[in-house]
Amino acid sequence: MRTGFLFVLIAAMFAAPVAAQDRMPPAPYAYRQLDDPALEAKAQALMETIRCLKCQSQSIADSDAQMAGDMRHEIRTRIAAGESPGHIRKWLIDRYGNYVSYKPEVNSVTWPLFVIPLVLLVVGLLLMRHRFRKSA
Amino acid sequence: MIAEFGLAALWLAAALALLQLFGAFAGVRGGSADLVAVVRPAAVVQAALTGLAFLMLIWVFARTDLSVLLVASNSHSEKPLIFKISGAWSNHEGSMLMWVVIMAVSGGLIALIERRLPEKTMLATLGAQAFVSLGFYAFLLFSSNPFERLSPVPVEGAGLNPLLQDTAAAVHPPGLYLGYVGLSVAFSFVVGALLTRNVTPDFARVMRPWVLGAWIFLTLGITAGSYWAYYELGWGGWWFWDPVENASLMPWLAATALLHSASVLAARDALRTWTVMLGVVAFSMSMIGTFLVRSGILTSVHAFAVDPERGNFILALLAIYIGGALALFAARASTIAEGERFALMSREGALVVNNVALSAILGIVLLGTLYPLLTEAFGVRVSVGPPYFNPVSASFFLPMLLVLIAGPLLRWRRDSFARVQRSVVLAVSVGLVVLFGVGVLAGLGILPLLGMALAAAVAVAAFAPLRGRSLRRLPLPVWGMVIAHFGIAVSLFGVACDSALTVEKLAAAKAGDTIAVGPWQVTLDSIEPVAGPNWTAIEGRMTARYDGGEGRELAPQARSFWAPPQETTESALLTRWNGQLYAVLGKEAADGRWQVRLWWKPFVTWIWFGGILIALGGLLSLLGRVTGDLRLRERRRLIAQRHGEAVS
Repeated sequence: MRTGFLFVLIAAMFAAPVAAQDRMPPAPYAYRQLDDPALEAKAQALMETIRCLKCQSQSIADSDAQMAGDMRHEIRTRIAAGESPGHIRKWLIDRYGNYVSYKPEVNSVTWPLFVIPLVLLVVGLLLMRHRFRKSA
Repeated sequence: MIAEFGLAALWLAAALALLQLFGAFAGVRGGSADLVAVVRPAAVVQAALTGLAFLMLIWVFARTDLSVLLVASNSHSEKPLIFKISGAWSNHEGSMLMWVVIMAVSGGLIALIERRLPEKTMLATLGAQAFVSLGFYAFLLFSSNPFERLSPVPVEGAGLNPLLQDTAAAVHPPGLYLGYVGLSVAFSFVVGALLTRNVTPDFARVMRPWVLGAWIFLTLGITAGSYWAYYELGWGGWWFWDPVENASLMPWLAATALLHSASVLAARDALRTWTVMLGVVAFSMSMIGTFLVRSGILTSVHAFAVDPERGNFILALLAIYIGGALALFAARASTIAEGERFALMSREGALVVNNVALSAILGIVLLGTLYPLLTEAFGVRVSVGPPYFNPVSASFFLPMLLVLIAGPLLRWRRDSFARVQRSVVLAVSVGLVVLFGVGVLAGLGILPLLGMALAAAVAVAAFAPLRGRSLRRLPLPVWGMVIAHFGIAVSLFGVACDSALTVEKLAAAKAGDTIAVGPWQVTLDSIEPVAGPNWTAIEGRMTARYDGGEGRELAPQARSFWAPPQETTESALLTRWNGQLYAVLGKEAADGRWQVRLWWKPFVTWIWFGGILIALGGLLSLLGRVTGDLRLRERRRLIAQRHGEAVS
């Protein structure tokens, strides 16, 4: 009975981001910082790179949406529990897809994002070399 | 009647644009003089007609004539007059009309005053201008008619998005549009020069004021938009790398590069192909920007028009203009002679670095903006945000600033580093002192640290070109350059400080509570209800003390608008020279306390002061160029006159 209650409580906590209705009061850490400044800074840095799924190009650190508040709560709680930001990001991506993270990972879809700037750099350097070799 | 009058004026203007195109075509082909004579007057009359149409639209908005569909869906009788008027262009149709008006007025202006280029090149330019305008007239008349009637007439309008009922939001779109259109004029000159094989320093001189003007307005538009996002969205963020923001940044980057390469072409007859290419790119970027914002392809505050038909229309225009321009460029690029040569260690060399770096940053922003749209088309959703844009663009931007330290000091064609060594060493040492001074004091991130150091170095270097010169005799464009470069340093310093030193405090407070944030002590005195013309609000009255000093009041509000129903947070700001205190009132918690969000943002205002300085630099430069041109024209007139007298 007691374990069952605890289970429901934990399940409710994890389900909060999806199940949250606009009428529910905001989750405790949605608008409250962690007491430890170092942990808060860590959480803040992570939150700034997580997309608010209900907003227009805002991170969850910049949003009044209920869902963003719930995700802030989730992140602060997990950071306080000692989880690493990388691990939390991975958990969020598993749950919501790559779309939730503003920090694109290098994979089979996103590689051009990282290769093209390098190509631009090389082309730029070649252009300049070509230009100045002729004139020298 | 008023609306129909406006619509008729628009149709007439479109017909004149068609006439202008035919006349110009005949002119370039050496056709009948009668048809050619019509080109310039057609452009001037178009400007008057579209201006008239725009006045009609403002009139129906000011009177809240609800029988006009656009007014009914975007305005409301109980709205302050200023926002009724700005409502005329805070929507898709009105803003496109504004675009067309600005374009026609610019076209009329060049038709009226510009006589420095060979007449054939001018005709080709005006023809290109008419060709671009026609696309926009068609778009306006066939898929975005601002004067459409509505029947039956509704009792009340739907209202304007409260986020847009704001002064910065009222001036931000016209600023950007003036910029976009200025670049389209520059593009017309490029097409004219390409068609008539006339890429000369004169062409660069004629085009330059338009690029400068466009660039000034883009700078101001971006600055105003960024400040609007900062105080209106309520979280203190000022740049989100949102596709719509990028849509305004990309033309700015292209225009900045074009501006610098056009100076090289005008002064030294070098970089001809490059300048022409950048002219095409700059216009393409403003078209892509318009497409992104106006097609509704992005879901954003800005994408009012979620309408695929319009999207397809703009996409077709985009393909015709950019495709046509690139094809023309490809066909004619080989016929443009290379121009004057120069060494790497020269003013031109430094400007080439500026051009290459800006183009690379432009490429990165374009890639990061379009890539998610591309993958989405294939069913994969990814997000590209600040963790990508910041470091990747900084890796080109920061080296470019290093070159900026020395570039303006170098002589044209060929120079030696030894000659400018003293100034460069001074600037770099100032940068290093800041780097190590700040680096030792606080554990900051690498990018903000480099930003601060480079800002200091660039600030010192910006004034180096003044050394040893008579300040009273210094030409205005040099002042413009000094101030604009100094503005870059100021802005960069603000960005670096904001990202590294901001202190955030979220608290639940009741009346009488005091919250500490950074050097500030903020007391929540009371919570009061207040009412405005079209909203009610809960206001948090606060007193803030800086370092235990005198109390200053601030009152953030949580506003509820009723037309349309929407809640917004109105942040309250206290500005000091060294930063801003930013306060937001959130919701009431269950225990009767109120959520309060406070930020102390050191030097954040420098971001926008820098933007204003950059625009001011551009303005001085523009004034210098235009007065120089006028003086030259007057001198030529006098010489011609004297010559005439001597002959007679």
